[in-house]
Amino acid sequence: MKRHIDAWAVNLSLAALAALLFAASIYVGRGGELLADKFETISAVDRDIAWLILTEVRLPRALLGLLVGATLGLTGAGLQGLLRNPLAEPGLIGASGGAALGAVLVFYSGLAAGTAMFVPIGGVIGAVAALAVLYLLAGRGPSVVTIMLACVAVSGCTGALTSLALNLSPSPYAALEIVFWMLGSLTDRSMTQVWFVLPFMGVGWLLVASTWRALDALSLGEDTAATLGFSMRSVTARAILGTGLAVGAAVSVTGVVGFVGLVVPHLMRPLVGQRPASLLLPSALGGAALVLAADLFVRIPVNGPELKLGVVTSLIGAPFFLWLILRTRREAP
Amino acid sequence: MRLAVENLHASLGGARVLRGVSLAADGAQFVGLIGPNGVGKTTLVRAVAGLIPFEGVVTLDGAPVSAMSARARARAISYLAQGEGSHWPLEVSRLVALGRLPHLEPFHRASAEDEAAIERAISLAGVHEFLGRDVLTLSGGERSRVLLARALAVEAPLMLVDEPVSALDPYHQLRIMEVLRAYADEGRMVVAVLHDLTLAARHCDRLILLDDGKIKADGPPADVLTPQNLRETYRIEALIGEGSEPFVLPIRRAE
Repeated sequence: MKRHIDAWAVNLSLAALAALLFAASIYVGRGGELLADKFETISAVDRDIAWLILTEVRLPRALLGLLVGATLGLTGAGLQGLLRNPLAEPGLIGASGGAALGAVLVFYSGLAAGTAMFVPIGGVIGAVAALAVLYLLAGRGPSVVTIMLACVAVSGCTGALTSLALNLSPSPYAALEIVFWMLGSLTDRSMTQVWFVLPFMGVGWLLVASTWRALDALSLGEDTAATLGFSMRSVTARAILGTGLAVGAAVSVTGVVGFVGLVVPHLMRPLVGQRPASLLLPSALGGAALVLAADLFVRIPVNGPELKLGVVTSLIGAPFFLWLILRTRREAP
Repeated sequence: MRLAVENLHASLGGARVLRGVSLAADGAQFVGLIGPNGVGKTTLVRAVAGLIPFEGVVTLDGAPVSAMSARARARAISYLAQGEGSHWPLEVSRLVALGRLPHLEPFHRASAEDEAAIERAISLAGVHEFLGRDVLTLSGGERSRVLLARALAVEAPLMLVDEPVSALDPYHQLRIMEVLRAYADEGRMVVAVLHDLTLAARHCDRLILLDDGKIKADGPPADVLTPQNLRETYRIEALIGEGSEPFVLPIRRAE
């Protein structure tokens, strides 16, 4: 048997990697320039300004990268375990579509000009509304498949309504703003936004993490999991609600950052094994590292518009997804 | 351990499948649940396992199972679903260890007692040789023994097994039956849905023949597997061997 490396060693290395990338996110600027010298120069002139730049400009971006990445990794691993499907992804849950729609409506109505906080508030309201619709659609005691179909339906609706908002957009600038926002980015975010998403993500993470043993039991199917003492109703509700809250909050501040939740659990499986519960923590850490790394990558070009984070993750993720499907097909009997 | 089912009614998709099933079973025994397709064997087992809603009362040692907490029920009743399989390529010992989930305290690792139970299940099911392998690379017969080991690891006083030997070759059928027999001989109750009447006749202490949602016959194999019962429920004529080497060999349809 191929012994898996000790899970704690993997978790610690991933945490160290995420911490390293977090520091790099703070100190590396546009074009890969190291900002340490600049900080020193500024702080020699005025310590307060240097501190302000650090906490209000550099820190929120790095913190959001960390939080959003961890959210996508954790919920991706959780959903793949819940659905027993390696192709599941947090974007599948209608909540991220709902969050995008809510945020887009804020842009569309022109409220975004008021304060930067209206966009995330709209996003979270959209995510919660999508979850409420999902709950009504799924009915009493639904199977996981029913839930997923309801998720697809909700995602489809929110996608259509988002397109409608773009279509009816009053000015091309508004449309452009919406499109750019939807591409996903961590640039120019503030600590207010970090504080805003933190409670949603915290609750979401706890809900998803609370299902860990049930996810293991689900490896053997829903009936067997039920006879191992897990109420499938409660497990499904916690996993979906937790994913919805955390991913909805993430989408509402950063736009859509695709494929991270899909890819990360697959990168972790060779390291820690196939057991869904053992994948949760490494996937959260790995997701954080991946998003922070991708966010460093978008800063490399010196000239021209900055690449959007969501574009980079999709460019990496889509071929990976394709490779995954090919591998699954090869392994199928 | 005493299992009592009183006047159990259950429906599947609007159709009444079970219509007033009552039975009682006491102490260590290996009960075979037999009957033609669609008479409600699986439904009965699933109702006792608490997987489907039902009318009537199912009690374990006098306590209604529907009033038990999910965890308490999971410790009292283990269930091996028909055609159960693993969705992930889990390593064999990890899969068997899933049977201990009802016993694990939140935030605690498996205790020495859990490890011992896993070891006992592995040795009872004879799956030592597969340890360290990915369960999806095993053959059908080997895999079903590993999944049975998972159900054994619960060490529940009552084990429900739904068609454990279908789609297996004779060697693996016998091995599974021997494992179930051994589990019952350790002082527990096994209720298995079976289609192979010879295996049922040779390994079970008691057979319950279901027909049309009701119990048609209940007793020692020789009393249940009579030509008349086989004709009326299975609609077959069979050669029936009695004595020390019992067998049932279906030879023609009885129309």
